[in-house]
Amino acid sequence: MIEIDKISKLYDGVAAVDAVSMIVETATITVIVGTSGSGKTTLLRMINRLIEPSSGEVRINGEPTGTLPKHVLRRRIGYAIQGHGLFPHHTVARNIGAVPELLRWPPEKIRARVDELLDLFSMEPAQFRDRFPGELSGGQQQRVGVARALASRPDLLLMDEPFGALDPIIRARAQQDLRRIQRALGSTIMLVTHDIEEAIHLGDRVAVMDEGRLVQHGTPAEIIRQPATEFVAEMVGGVDRPLRLLSLVPVSEIVVDGPAEGEPLDADTNLRDALSTCLWSGRDALPVVRDGVPLGRVTLDAIRARAEGPR
Amino acid sequence: MRMRDAGPALLAPGLLFAGLGFAALLAPFMTLAANRIVAGEGVAVWRVADPVVTLPGIVALAAGLGLGLLTAWPRVRIAGAAMGLAGLVWLLSQGATVLLDGAGQYARVSPGAGFWCLLVILALLLADALSQLSPGPLARALLLAAVVGTLALLLQSGALSQLSVMREYASRQDAFGDASLRHLGLAFGSLAVAAAIGLPLGVLCHRRETLRRALLPVLSFLQTIPSLAMFGIMIPLLGWVADTVPGAQSVGIAGIGFAPAFLALVLYSLLPVVANMLAGLQSAPPAVIEAARGMGMTDRQRLFRVELPLGLSVILAGVRIVLVQNIGLAVIAGLIGGGGFGTFVFQGLNQTATDLILLGALPTVALALSAAIVMDILVELTRPIPERTP
Repeated sequence: MIEIDKISKLYDGVAAVDAVSMIVETATITVIVGTSGSGKTTLLRMINRLIEPSSGEVRINGEPTGTLPKHVLRRRIGYAIQGHGLFPHHTVARNIGAVPELLRWPPEKIRARVDELLDLFSMEPAQFRDRFPGELSGGQQQRVGVARALASRPDLLLMDEPFGALDPIIRARAQQDLRRIQRALGSTIMLVTHDIEEAIHLGDRVAVMDEGRLVQHGTPAEIIRQPATEFVAEMVGGVDRPLRLLSLVPVSEIVVDGPAEGEPLDADTNLRDALSTCLWSGRDALPVVRDGVPLGRVTLDAIRARAEGPR
Repeated sequence: MRMRDAGPALLAPGLLFAGLGFAALLAPFMTLAANRIVAGEGVAVWRVADPVVTLPGIVALAAGLGLGLLTAWPRVRIAGAAMGLAGLVWLLSQGATVLLDGAGQYARVSPGAGFWCLLVILALLLADALSQLSPGPLARALLLAAVVGTLALLLQSGALSQLSVMREYASRQDAFGDASLRHLGLAFGSLAVAAAIGLPLGVLCHRRETLRRALLPVLSFLQTIPSLAMFGIMIPLLGWVADTVPGAQSVGIAGIGFAPAFLALVLYSLLPVVANMLAGLQSAPPAVIEAARGMGMTDRQRLFRVELPLGLSVILAGVRIVLVQNIGLAVIAGLIGGGGFGTFVFQGLNQTATDLILLGALPTVALALSAAIVMDILVELTRPIPERTP
């Protein structure tokens, strides 16, 4: 568990981050979202003390971060940034093994860990281990950057706009990969983005920052349904709100018994895509299957009911 | 087939070399003087010896220049340039013997303007052809060794010992050995001291903005002092130190001699060393530095694992500048009794003995060229990201 306790950063008396407190549960993804200048990156960088807080405290599993030497603290916290920051003169293996090397793991253990991570990120170890970052595609570089940040099994992974430099298709895939890997490893992740879509898709919790203050911290559904301020409402996008809400729910949640015609949907499909299929194919109900086994159907009315905001 | 492009491919630069080369053939190839002081009389290349002797040389020269035109075939151009150079040496050594025969006891022969022009043109031709092949670092090192070896053999063989500059050498062999050592000591020693001071200073400047702002203007001011003035300033300065600091004289510090020359060279070297160290350390992309800090590298680890390896070729480029600069500047040390090849240059100037000046100048040029080539090879070998052939 990460506890952020009234943390502030002042530059010339002006607060870039103003008394932000929040709790990040272990094995969850918290996405910090805000416009540029909202203080979100400053907040993130104060957690691994790349920026020293002016006041306040961060505790990781109860231990205040201020008590450790900075470099020791940082070796316990993964850090992945936009533009990956891979060492261009080191191979992929050496890049991924950088933190274990700093922690003086034995070489065999580092090698095994590197191969394990390359496998996890769907990169054939034998093929990629000895390549240099310059020989990889943008998406591969980004994956190696995240693998490097995860290499030493850190208590916490900080990510600063990690997908910012990727094109939309690669980015969607990278987001899926991150979600999958986070579930598999049980990592605790704090991710900064300016993209509300990314926040809603990736976050177990979303923290909205505005002018240095934390204006709302809750589940994606809460943020969309009950925006705390005008700013948050604007951020989650007036007209798109029902669709965003639907995108959070899998059809398995509202599946009911009964027949339906046509091409079936997978149970993990979200309601936004289900709605889209209804509209496109002109059907009022769709059959739902899981692993080929019919589960029932999902109706247009049930989808509509889930899209309604508070009256 | 590139042969079909022979028309336009003939143009530059082979044509330029050939044109200049044939013009240089008309200039006096050697000079014959009554003694080592007076100005000599020019002798055309076809008159330095019997036609039976000169003809093969001239043919080799002309053929070398002609083959240089074949832009599409660098290997042929290299062979041509080598043949031309051989012809040049042949004419020089044969001409020296013939011209001296019966010319009097004190007579001297020297290479003339024509010889030097042809030498430069053929060397440029050779370099141009070599750069077409873009040889790798190892090939360049071997090539340099081969050239140095050939030159050493040529000088050892005595084929050129009749030349005036070699006569000057013969009467000063011991002094020449001392001067060589002294020159190398000045150039490499001052580089070593400048590196020992400048490289850590560069690291400090990289880390501390305030130091950088204070130091770099001072160093660049030092760099702007004209070299003669710098050596001049050292004389009273070190003279005063020698007189006032106890023990200074016993370690060799004096107003003139090795110490002031050495110190001046060190001061000149500091700016390029510090500035290139700084540029090298700053050459790592910001995201890479951010990642290195974020993953928990200490400042020292970041320096040795990231910043230095990524900047090494830039740093070595600075060392190359300093080395070549100091080999040249060390000549001026001769003026204040610092020794080195400059001794011969200034003695020669005083005696108006041109060949004595050459005895100082030629080895300096050869040394500077060799150092530049070796350092270029090192710079290439230390590029941080190995180049892969796809």
